[in-house]
Amino acid sequence: MNEYINDTVQSLKDRFGLQSIEFRGDISLMVPPDKIVEVCRALRDDFGFDVLAAESAVDYWPEQTPRFHLIYQLYSMVHNQRVGLRVPLDGNAPSLPSVTGVYPNANWHEREIWDMFGVRFEGHPDLRRIIMPYDWEGHPLRKDYPLGYEEVEFTFNFDEIDGRKPYAKE
Amino acid sequence: MGIEQKLGNMGVATLRLEQAVNWARTNAMWPMLFGLACCAIEMMSTQASDNDLSRFGMELMRASPRQSDLMIVAGRVSRKMAPVLRRLYDQMPDPKWVIAMGDCASCGGVFNNYAIVQGVDEVVPVDVYVAGCPPRPEALIHGIITLHEKVRGETVKDWA
Repeated sequence: MNEYINDTVQSLKDRFGLQSIEFRGDISLMVPPDKIVEVCRALRDDFGFDVLAAESAVDYWPEQTPRFHLIYQLYSMVHNQRVGLRVPLDGNAPSLPSVTGVYPNANWHEREIWDMFGVRFEGHPDLRRIIMPYDWEGHPLRKDYPLGYEEVEFTFNFDEIDGRKPYAKE
Repeated sequence: MGIEQKLGNMGVATLRLEQAVNWARTNAMWPMLFGLACCAIEMMSTQASDNDLSRFGMELMRASPRQSDLMIVAGRVSRKMAPVLRRLYDQMPDPKWVIAMGDCASCGGVFNNYAIVQGVDEVVPVDVYVAGCPPRPEALIHGIITLHEKVRGETVKDWA
């Protein structure tokens, strides 16, 4: 890890009172949900992190609370440095401010996170589903979403399962 | 099937109406261009010169459902795609047939999850299922010949 990223992380820690975690040379900052927009804006305007390379989420249910972590990967073209932000979020209907005002490309990322994890982004201009059909119920990448769809047919239970299958008519 | 009887040099052949109609139907059954996944690659290969689907009167994959008689569902159908599939099927003029090509189209294949339709027979009526992941061109041709046999077996009663 070089000096620039060390200084950046240290000054952000001091300014916002954050924790950092390091894993194999990659550094991430733990950011509370209400500070995410400020932190992103500071990184973009004051430290040159001009690219939001990825925005994603993880569901740690049932092992951890808070169950969701939102992950932002920022990249600085000028300094060729990367930094990650992790935002822990709790509850079954979590929400946090949208960063579309800072990084416009967060728009579709946040739509996908809403679609797949059901995390609401306040201030998002167009928070619709992006992958699943609009009338879909539930958020499929949550760990408590049912995994399978149909029982597997074997010779001994074929008639039973096949009798329940919907077949299209002409 | 074939021409039952030739009447000398008069240039007249007699056969039953069913046979004439089924002959016409089986020998100009244009498939719809509807590739959804890796099965489409095999479908292209079936169409191409090595296997040459035009031997069976399928010169063209029609890009429009209005001009096609046969829908080859080549690949897994997602839940989002299912309404589109049904709409395309409804837009095809009668008579029309459906081949479910490959395991995914037939029964969901390896994708036993929320996103994939577990067999397109939930959405459209299927005439022939072709097994394989993906099926080789020979298997698809076998499916098409099986469908042709099915069509040749149809009678006036079935059309009514």
